[in-house]
Amino acid sequence: MSFSIDQILRGDIPRVERPPAADPSLVPVRLRVNGQDHDLQLEPRVSLLDALREFIGLTGTKKGCNQGACGACTVLVEGERVNSCLTFAIMHQGKDITTIEGLGTPDALHPLQAAFIEHDGYQCGYCTPGQICSAVAMLKEVEHGDASHVTSDLMATDVQLTDEEIRERMSGNVCRCGAYLGIVDSIRAVYEQQKGQ
Amino acid sequence: MRAFTYTQATDASAALHAALQNPEAKYIGGGTNLVDLMREEVERPNEVIDINALPFSQIEVLPDGGVRLGALARNSHTANHPLVRQRYPVLAQAMLSAASPQLRNLATNAGNLLQRTRCYYFYDTTAPCNKRQPGSGCAAIHGVNRIHAILGTSEQCIATHPSDMAVALAALEAVVQVQGANGTRRIAMEEFHRLPGDHPEQDTTLGRDELITSIDLPALPSTANSLYFKVRERPSFAFALVSVAAVLELEGEQIKNVRLALGGVAHKPWRARTAEEALLGKPATAENFRQAAEAELQTAIAYEHNAFKIELAKRTIVRALLTLAERQLLA
Ligand SMILES: Cc1cc2nc3c(=O)[nH]c(=O)nc-3n(C[C@H](O)[C@H](O)[C@H](O)COP(=O)(O)OP(=O)(O)OC[C@H]3O[C@@H](n4cnc5c(N)ncnc54)[C@H](O)[C@@H]3O)c2cc1C
Ligand code: SF4
Ligand code: FES
Ligand code: FES
Repeated sequence: MSFSIDQILRGDIPRVERPPAADPSLVPVRLRVNGQDHDLQLEPRVSLLDALREFIGLTGTKKGCNQGACGACTVLVEGERVNSCLTFAIMHQGKDITTIEGLGTPDALHPLQAAFIEHDGYQCGYCTPGQICSAVAMLKEVEHGDASHVTSDLMATDVQLTDEEIRERMSGNVCRCGAYLGIVDSIRAVYEQQKGQ
Repeated sequence: MRAFTYTQATDASAALHAALQNPEAKYIGGGTNLVDLMREEVERPNEVIDINALPFSQIEVLPDGGVRLGALARNSHTANHPLVRQRYPVLAQAMLSAASPQLRNLATNAGNLLQRTRCYYFYDTTAPCNKRQPGSGCAAIHGVNRIHAILGTSEQCIATHPSDMAVALAALEAVVQVQGANGTRRIAMEEFHRLPGDHPEQDTTLGRDELITSIDLPALPSTANSLYFKVRERPSFAFALVSVAAVLELEGEQIKNVRLALGGVAHKPWRARTAEEALLGKPATAENFRQAAEAELQTAIAYEHNAFKIELAKRTIVRALLTLAERQLLA
């Protein structure tokens, strides 16, 4: 089939079936989650939380408030705990993202997962993935000598992780069931276990 | 949330260029305030300029002995930096009392200063609010105003600025370093945030396209002591009802140097100059502290639900200064 230049300029050419045009609002986003690359097509307004849950299918990370107030959406980015609901997925390309699924599996539990089971660190379990991701990073912060609002000596880099410290450092994770006693017990147990090693 | 295009800036001039080209664009730091406000449609940028790749994350000593805090350094890293912990306890404490560890890991220093009020009506797009929509009225003046301001308010707006960090920076007389289309400029902390007046939609004196590059802290005398005292509804993860950032230097029992800034009481960190002047050269006693606090709060105006803040502010000033004075007299 051939057309004259006039036909082409007039647009007078038969229509050919084409695949639907790609949605221009979508952009390619590559996320590295639990060591695995995921190539996604996302709108820039998709939060990291929605990308994990709705686009990658990792539903361990939970949506509680969607406004930074509950910590259910806590994941680790480059080992640091962050609220995945208040940040856009597209801002985290090329970074190592770890979710609860990447910490342990039912047959190879992370020590904190095992401790939460042993010490009744939950009731309904909704806040638990966020609590555990948060606690993993929190113990690293303690090891690093980070201070908290209740650390009396700001200069001390040798943090004594008292229950008061655990509560302050975990205050970004709210539990509707009020399993706080078990949560503190679980974290203290793992802290002592690690210290003993 | 309104759809937007995402622009990743690789250097400051690219970021400025993008912002100058599009008056509806917004910079994004950690996103912890902007994403929240975009989701509520309080902010509706059609373009988001990601500035996280810009080289403004350093925390370093300045030639004059002060310390420079990069605009993009995270709140958690800043609060825990040895220079901040050692030299500016008031700042470390203020920052560690703010938000949660997860939020502080995302939040940047510039974003913290530019966070917007937590006035409920500002967030509620069905309510009149002069800050969100100039000329629409203020739902808070005759509404629920427990968290609202008592100093420097106007008929147009009685909102408070929610940042703890900014209160400490006001007491430390920090300087905000800014880069714009016409080069760089410095804004003293006291000039950075505004009182509402007739333009509550303007929180700060920063130009729309201007970028904050750092926040510079002048050196404190080595004999000065500082602290941040925050009063809130629960002891963790809550905004301040009233807070006090205090720097005190005694000579014997006399007050040689004092700086006070209050949070939770005004549209900006409230530098308590009246109290400071009343205290200079006086003995550091509870009575003098109380008198200075009375003088500072003389012009306070209460609304229906926030009268308690006036007495609370006075007592918090006294408590902060007494704690510092006792520490120095014992040392
Ligand atoms: C549940 C909750 C509780 C909180 N509690 C507290 C609290 O107790 N005390 C407290 O002080 N804060 C509190 N915060 C607020 C938090 O500290 C701020 O959201 C945070 O500091 C904002 O920093 P960001 O980098 O995430 O800002 P973003 O959301 O990225 O940006 C905020 C604003 O700053 C602008 N911006 C960012 N960087 C620059 C730059 N370099 N130059 C020019 N413009 C820039 C953006 O365009 C935007 O308008 C809380 C927040 C939440 C969600
Ligand atoms: S106090 Fe200010 S922010 Fe709140 S409703 Fe009134 S104008 Fe809006
Ligand atoms: S869902 Fe992110 S903090 Fe609640
Ligand atoms: S276990 Fe139910 S919310 Fe925490």
